[in-house]
Amino acid sequence: MNIWLVMLIGGVVTFGMRFSLIYLFGKFEIPETMRRALHYVPPAVLSAIIFPELFFHANHFDISLSNSRLLAGVVAALVAWISKNTLLTILAGMVALLVLQTWR
Amino acid sequence: MNEFKKLFWDGVRAEFPLLIGVFPFGMIYGALALNAGLSAPAAQAMSALVFAGSAQFVAAQLLHDAAPAFVILATVAVVNLRHVLYSASLAPYLKNLSLKWKIMLSYLLTDEAYAPTILKYEKEGATPTNHWFLFGAGLALWTTWQISTALGVFLGAAIPDSLPLDFALPLTFIAMVAPALKNRPMVAAAFSAGCVALLAYSLPFKLGLILAALMGILVGTFLEGRK
Repeated sequence: MNIWLVMLIGGVVTFGMRFSLIYLFGKFEIPETMRRALHYVPPAVLSAIIFPELFFHANHFDISLSNSRLLAGVVAALVAWISKNTLLTILAGMVALLVLQTWR
Repeated sequence: MNEFKKLFWDGVRAEFPLLIGVFPFGMIYGALALNAGLSAPAAQAMSALVFAGSAQFVAAQLLHDAAPAFVILATVAVVNLRHVLYSASLAPYLKNLSLKWKIMLSYLLTDEAYAPTILKYEKEGATPTNHWFLFGAGLALWTTWQISTALGVFLGAAIPDSLPLDFALPLTFIAMVAPALKNRPMVAAAFSAGCVALLAYSLPFKLGLILAALMGILVGTFLEGRK
């Protein structure tokens, strides 16, 4: 199949999934449990993205102290929890990672 | 400055930290797509048509391997499955918009636009003008993605390996998720999703991510129901 056609259909499929429930919402009754469940989408999805980024290094699970990204991530989480400031959190995490990487 | 403009620029500003991580990602995609044998126009067009980082990486690789079209499309669909969750999660806040708005905001809906937007909406609830925030965040990301793809296509991925800019993405997500962990169900949802993501890491096509997200949602909802 033509590469352009594949990309076009791939785009339509992706758009369809993004559009699906934004479009359908209100067109049928949504159960209360479902409504409640939606509040857990952000922490669940974000953690599911964050954890592997911190614990896996070059496709290997690494929970040791030599895992700089894990340590920097813990520093960032503490700063985020205390300061509730996005930029400060990123700065702290980046500096922590750079320092840990340079000193090893 | 009127309210629309203010919300739009708030969205752009909220997106900024994420752009630090997205920019090198876009350049790497552009360079990789050329390596995989895509023409420069095709590599750029995919960023506009599909507009989804991980799916574009996988699709470029599969096109390079001359995989059958249905395999590529099925893979793109599975990798992007999480967008159905985002769509469901944002839907209540966008329900009163015109079809035109819904189409445009859906096209712009990515991980990086979703994250700051849902946090704002959960805090402030549905307002008649709040969609401008998502529009600002989405458009900032879209523009960055197109420019970084183009730079990657024309210059290659000229980013020193020693500068771990990609780490800005998980860091921003940490900054977003940590303050939201206010009660036990939220903490349990985040923690269980994270653990399942680790256990299911070796599954292909981001299936581990979907599985982990569903587990987190299930655990949070169940614990909240028991209270």
